[in-house]
Amino acid sequence: MALIEVRDLTKTYHLGEATVHALDHITLRCEKGEFIAVMGPSGSGKSTFMNVIGCLDKPDSGEYLLDEIDVRRLNRDELAAIRNREIGFVFQGFNLLPRTTALENVELPMLYNGLQAKERREKALLALQKVGLSGREHHTPTQLSGGQQQRVAIARALVNDAPIILADEPTGNLDTRTSNEIMDLFVKLNTESKITIILVTHELDIAKFSRRVIKFVDGRVVSDGPGVGA
Amino acid sequence: MINIPSTVKISFKALMGNKMRSILTMLGIIIGVGAVITMLAVGNGAQEQISAQIASMGSNLLMVLPGASTSGGVRMGMGTQLTLTYNDVEGIRKEISSVQAAAPILNGVAQIVYGNQNWSTGVIGTTPSMLEVRDWGVSSGRPFTEEDVRNASKVALMGATVVNNLFRNISPVGQMVRIKNIPFTVIGVLEEKGQSPNGQDQDDTIYIPVTTAQKKLFGTSFPGMIRIAMVKAKSPEDLPVAEKQITEYLRQKHHIGPKQEDDFSVRNLTQMMQAAEQSTRIMTLLLGSVASISLLVGGIGIMNIMLVSVTERTREIGIRMAVGAQTWDIRLQFLIEALCLSLAGGVIGILLGVSGSAAIASLAGWSTTISPIAILIAFSFSGLVGIFFGYYPAYKASLLSPIEALRHE
Repeated sequence: MALIEVRDLTKTYHLGEATVHALDHITLRCEKGEFIAVMGPSGSGKSTFMNVIGCLDKPDSGEYLLDEIDVRRLNRDELAAIRNREIGFVFQGFNLLPRTTALENVELPMLYNGLQAKERREKALLALQKVGLSGREHHTPTQLSGGQQQRVAIARALVNDAPIILADEPTGNLDTRTSNEIMDLFVKLNTESKITIILVTHELDIAKFSRRVIKFVDGRVVSDGPGVGA
Repeated sequence: MINIPSTVKISFKALMGNKMRSILTMLGIIIGVGAVITMLAVGNGAQEQISAQIASMGSNLLMVLPGASTSGGVRMGMGTQLTLTYNDVEGIRKEISSVQAAAPILNGVAQIVYGNQNWSTGVIGTTPSMLEVRDWGVSSGRPFTEEDVRNASKVALMGATVVNNLFRNISPVGQMVRIKNIPFTVIGVLEEKGQSPNGQDQDDTIYIPVTTAQKKLFGTSFPGMIRIAMVKAKSPEDLPVAEKQITEYLRQKHHIGPKQEDDFSVRNLTQMMQAAEQSTRIMTLLLGSVASISLLVGGIGIMNIMLVSVTERTREIGIRMAVGAQTWDIRLQFLIEALCLSLAGGVIGILLGVSGSAAIASLAGWSTTISPIAILIAFSFSGLVGIFFGYYPAYKASLLSPIEALRHE
């Protein structure tokens, strides 16, 4: 039983005259607990793939089963609920709420699943502890370094106990040392908490941390095999 | 699964994060609500003053005037031919079913002397029914009776103004005054009534029995002559009926043929007063609607700022959607923000309106009346404005595509 299963996924953009096949009949399976790096040049469709997997975008055609749920049948609000429950996002630009403390940023996903304030606080504190940010709960993003901000974002992705983390170039804005620290954190979450991690990167050094590498070119999967870290 | 308390908290935080903008946005609503309340208070004040004056005159009133005399083809105007008699009035009082009370008036101006004080005032000859017609009571002493009328007793009921001018610290009841040199006993003092709708001091008067006025004070050009009859109908609905019945009754009593004109006229005083009341009501409405326009403009201000806010916070909306915010989570967040602005503006506007009408009352000397209903309406209207003008920006925000919103710079 696959956690993520896509079949014949297509997505086409029309940019003026040109037609761009962002996803060109993609068929993939991803099991629970995998650590996948998605690579490829820009415009290869890897970001579109992540958006579709993350239920932020809908494919034009094809099937997508997430934990055996046919995602294509879901409406806007049901997709939001799926994102809330099943998926944690980590972005290149961190995407934290400005002028909002780390703790409140981490609490954000729990505002949308009906948890009580006390429970939210406890879980958020725990998640921040997990990413090594105890003591910085009340700092706002501007008071934190890039690495620390990304840790807050990871804590936010963890806090609802989502089985999947989707990371879109999570180290793109970070220096090498901080990047390695963040990647170590992902590895730890994958091995210790059995969280399925799919990350998009174009750096081989980063892809090394994964156990499976999928390469995209022109909306197609050109290679899919064990990574260096496997 | 919408978490209302957290949504309110989020909205509140956004507003507090931009204090100056929030205050300026609220200003439109503050001024709007304040203006509505002040204008309605001024209008209601005027209206109440008129209503009080109408009430002081007595309710359901009809006035019967003698007709115009025609001498050699020259019509002399209403009331020149004194065709009404005391007898007519008694007939109206006793025989017409829709009439509750009727009293005659035979009046004139006379000098009143008490000791070394004197005062000139209108003396009204009438019957005990007058007090019922005018909804008037005596504050001390007693009213005169049917017997006083029958005997043409020299007794007088005094209005408060007359009492104040003639008697300093003495109780007037039982004292002797001279009206046109004829001694009268003061038997009672009328309750204070204040101004009439046309600004006359209603307390500057003396009531004496109509017969006394006819025989001893003013004289008559024919037996039983009176100047005016005041009639009180049983209810507002009875007014037109009474008007018709009185006309029929008097035509018959005065032997007026079918083709002849009436030698009297019946006027509906209450109707005239109600017309005055109606015009102030229209003025109030007008003032209120002008003020509401500023409330509307305030609402447009809210919509404007909320639209800017949605654009500015597109990325925030994207983040919220990515972590699971549903359509109504986003929509409510912005709706509550608009509502907070408009309701807070409403509350401050109410304070402004209340103090504004108090200021007008004390500075301009107008009577202002703040009705709780006006406050309630202004407040709920400001809430409605918030919802109405906040909905579109909130709706717009909730329909953003999550990826587009996340990509927004």
